[in-house]
Amino acid sequence: MAAVTPDHLHDHHHGPSGLMRWITTTNHKDIGTMYLLFSFIMFLSGGVMALTIRAELFQPGLQVVEPEFFNQLTTMHGLVMVFGAIMPAFVGFANWMLPLMIGASDMAFARMNNWSFWLLPVAAVMLIGSFFVPGGATAAGWTLYPPLSVQMGMGMDLAIFAVHIMGISSIMGAINIVVTILNMRAPGMTLMKMPLFCWTWLITAYLLIAVMPVLAGAVTMILTDRHFGTSFFNAAGGGDPVLFQHIFWFFGHPEVYIMILPAFGIVSQIIPTFARKPLFGYASMVYATASIAVLSFVVWAHHMFATGMPAQGQLFFMYATMLIAVPTGVKVFNWIATMWRGSMTFETPMLWSVGFIFVFTLGGFTGLICAIAPVDIQLHDTYYVVAHFHYVLVAGSLFALFAGAYYWLPKWTGHMPNETIGKLHFWCSMVFFNITFFPMHFLGLAGMPRRIPDYALQFADFNALATVGAFGFGLSQLIFIVVVVKCVRGGEKAAARSWEDADGLEWTVPSPAPHHTFEVAPVFK
Amino acid sequence: MSIENAQRSENRKLLVRLSIGAVAMFGFGFLLVPFYEKICEVTGINNLLKADEVVNTQVDTSRLITIEFDANIHDLPWRFHPLQSVVKVHPGELITIAYEVENTRDKPITGQAVPSYGPAVSGQFFRKMDCFCFTQQTLEAGERRTMPVAFVLDPALPDDVHTITLSYTFFEIAGKNASLPVSGGSGT
Amino acid sequence: MNLSGRLAGSGLSLIVSGSALAQSRYNFQEPVTSVAEQLYDLHTLMLIICAVIFVAVFGVMFWSVFKHRKSRGAVAANFHESTTVEILWTIIPVFILVGMAWPATRTILYMKDTSSPDITIKATGYQWKWGYDYLQGEGEGIRFVSNLSTPREQIEGSEAKGEHYLLEVDNPVVVPVGKKVRILTTASDVIHSWWVPAFGVKQDAIPGFIRDTWFRADREGIYRGNCVELCGKDHGYMPIEVHVVSAEAYSQWVAKQVASKAALAAN
Repeated sequence: MAAVTPDHLHDHHHGPSGLMRWITTTNHKDIGTMYLLFSFIMFLSGGVMALTIRAELFQPGLQVVEPEFFNQLTTMHGLVMVFGAIMPAFVGFANWMLPLMIGASDMAFARMNNWSFWLLPVAAVMLIGSFFVPGGATAAGWTLYPPLSVQMGMGMDLAIFAVHIMGISSIMGAINIVVTILNMRAPGMTLMKMPLFCWTWLITAYLLIAVMPVLAGAVTMILTDRHFGTSFFNAAGGGDPVLFQHIFWFFGHPEVYIMILPAFGIVSQIIPTFARKPLFGYASMVYATASIAVLSFVVWAHHMFATGMPAQGQLFFMYATMLIAVPTGVKVFNWIATMWRGSMTFETPMLWSVGFIFVFTLGGFTGLICAIAPVDIQLHDTYYVVAHFHYVLVAGSLFALFAGAYYWLPKWTGHMPNETIGKLHFWCSMVFFNITFFPMHFLGLAGMPRRIPDYALQFADFNALATVGAFGFGLSQLIFIVVVVKCVRGGEKAAARSWEDADGLEWTVPSPAPHHTFEVAPVFK
Repeated sequence: MSIENAQRSENRKLLVRLSIGAVAMFGFGFLLVPFYEKICEVTGINNLLKADEVVNTQVDTSRLITIEFDANIHDLPWRFHPLQSVVKVHPGELITIAYEVENTRDKPITGQAVPSYGPAVSGQFFRKMDCFCFTQQTLEAGERRTMPVAFVLDPALPDDVHTITLSYTFFEIAGKNASLPVSGGSGT
Repeated sequence: MNLSGRLAGSGLSLIVSGSALAQSRYNFQEPVTSVAEQLYDLHTLMLIICAVIFVAVFGVMFWSVFKHRKSRGAVAANFHESTTVEILWTIIPVFILVGMAWPATRTILYMKDTSSPDITIKATGYQWKWGYDYLQGEGEGIRFVSNLSTPREQIEGSEAKGEHYLLEVDNPVVVPVGKKVRILTTASDVIHSWWVPAFGVKQDAIPGFIRDTWFRADREGIYRGNCVELCGKDHGYMPIEVHVVSAEAYSQWVAKQVASKAALAAN
């Protein structure tokens, strides 16, 4: 999220300079920085799409965009935020922090690391560029359900290729992470002594390797259905459109946890630091993460309760989904137990983390309500679902990303982030986030479907409120740019151990972290 | 140095294994297709193109099931409807009903009917001996055809099912006639 | 089990008094079928259980946030493990979940019982309108297409928006009150979804396949819904309007439909 690689350590750095340095770099810190910068740019582009959507929905009637373009915006907002912003941001954190946390000198495959990053801008150009081809971008929803996606124009093909490329990038990144964590830990650092962030990323990386290829398969089938006369999803040729939904959500549900497990990891690093107390129930946190990952493979059809599956199917997927509440609950309880009887201070990273627990858990509760299959029949494809997944993805993943960024900015830049502006960023985000998304619960309950450019009059008040909140939330994110720029330029010098009670190998190297660290593996006690 | 080399070869081994895993999962995505079809076949949701065998011909006169017939056309210039909308049957009885289809276009067209059942679970108890949906149907210009369906309802049908809908959708088989220039249909 | 049972009990008693106050502004629309009523109660029960847990968990967290601060002189304890506590907060949620799953299971089985309808209607989704065929029961043979009737001017804003903006159609579905109506859904192009919130009925309409669901409306009135599966450009403009009328009014409507069809054929 910030171009923060220290330049004053150039004496350690031999190689091309200028732009070529960034294109050819195999240094995990450079690549991590590029990932973070890329994801922040994508976050802003996805945000502009979201604000256009909210502007159209400010009042009933069509004012800003045409329905066709509106559908393109909702689709691209989803794709850009999921594949362009949230996922690469976590990979960026992994690149920067994993080697520092486990005492490795770099990622296992440095050159492949460079490749997996540079595929992303290519995919992003294809994806965003699809707005400008004849017919515009795909408007089939980010879930790309056929037969609608088969009807789409050229934008759909570009989106499919972009998804392929981003998938390959994610898989290479994930393989790199697994190998780094399993093979390159410092002597003495056993798996059960690893920081929790490493654990959550290890499990996430396995999830990525398991499900990204399935998504690639699904979109490939759409591609052949579109152009090569196959009929995987066409009833006329013996296919079934619902089959796509099964395959897609077999990927899609683990994907949800791919976007939240590393967030759990970040929060689990931060809370002990500011509570000045070790993480409560480390082992149970690891087991909870693993059980969430395993359960995520057997709940996919809860996205499909309205397709008309047999009662037995509904019951199975309802029970399995409800079961996920147990390990998730264990995590929340562990965080609170960590805070309990600690000696807490509330610097910006801690504020974001406590905010994360509070608002993410709200999203967890609405998730539990959606898990109840009969209730979900009413809620499916309404604004309630939109509220639910923004509570877990924005207040969950994004808040945790900000928490992590504020926490490790001193390590990246060598300066402490400005507390006053950082706290302003947090409180603005928190307030506007809730103004935006809380009313959407009511909209969904009262019967407003999602993905519509125009709505009945009884939904007008809450939509207007949500739009005001959305613009507030969008503008609040610009504060973050101020924080990062100030932090890179100067500010209070950060010590090696930037936070008073921070624990872990990353705090044993100087701030900012020099270009090369742990050339000789440290011994971990 | 040798430690570093050992590390490198360890890394490479893991890389290969994980890549194989990724490729296997790509294959698994495609494997889901036949897997899904198998499940549908076992549960009878999508039993498309072959005649069923009767396992049990014992007629269960204690139950009377209402069967409704429905017809849909998907982008075809045809008229298609069942000749009777409802029959009441005992499970185990052999029933023959008929649909009528008519080509309203002035050129031959080929279509394929796809059956569907509501509730879906009843599909596996619906044993079709003869059905126009087993093969593609080519209708000459203006041709009208009566097509029978012979079926037996399996007496193993769950007790809580009292009403079943058998629905057919006719799809045009593209390619067969797609090469012909499409002229404005004159209708009948 | 006990705890969740009691929770469920107290929740249910609250619901009974609550459902009369049903407001469609903050909650589900007022239910007019037994299914919708069950969904309403189930949702209220869930909400209450979640609210109780929420208050309990975050009560503890905020207590800690305010009490255990360094600025208040709190000294950090050093405990970080307790198998007993971990087991406890794994087991208790499981029991609460069982308490939630129990009523939900009954409702699912009830919703799936589409047997022995009085009337069967097929709803076919088109881009972007609904077609209806009365397949069986009184009114058999009636078929019509139902389009959005809101004028274009209202959508574009050159005219004031009417009361039922975007929720009105030219040919509404008419059904008799108190009769079991089975809805078959299918589609001719892409996936649509037929939803009437007040009935608690939502069923995807899938091209090439039929799916079924049912409702029995207990009160006369006009009920409105939307297509809820993204189906292209005018997804937001294919509403559903159902008129629930008395048995006599329904017979009259059927007679009128049959007569107008005959007149059309004669022409």
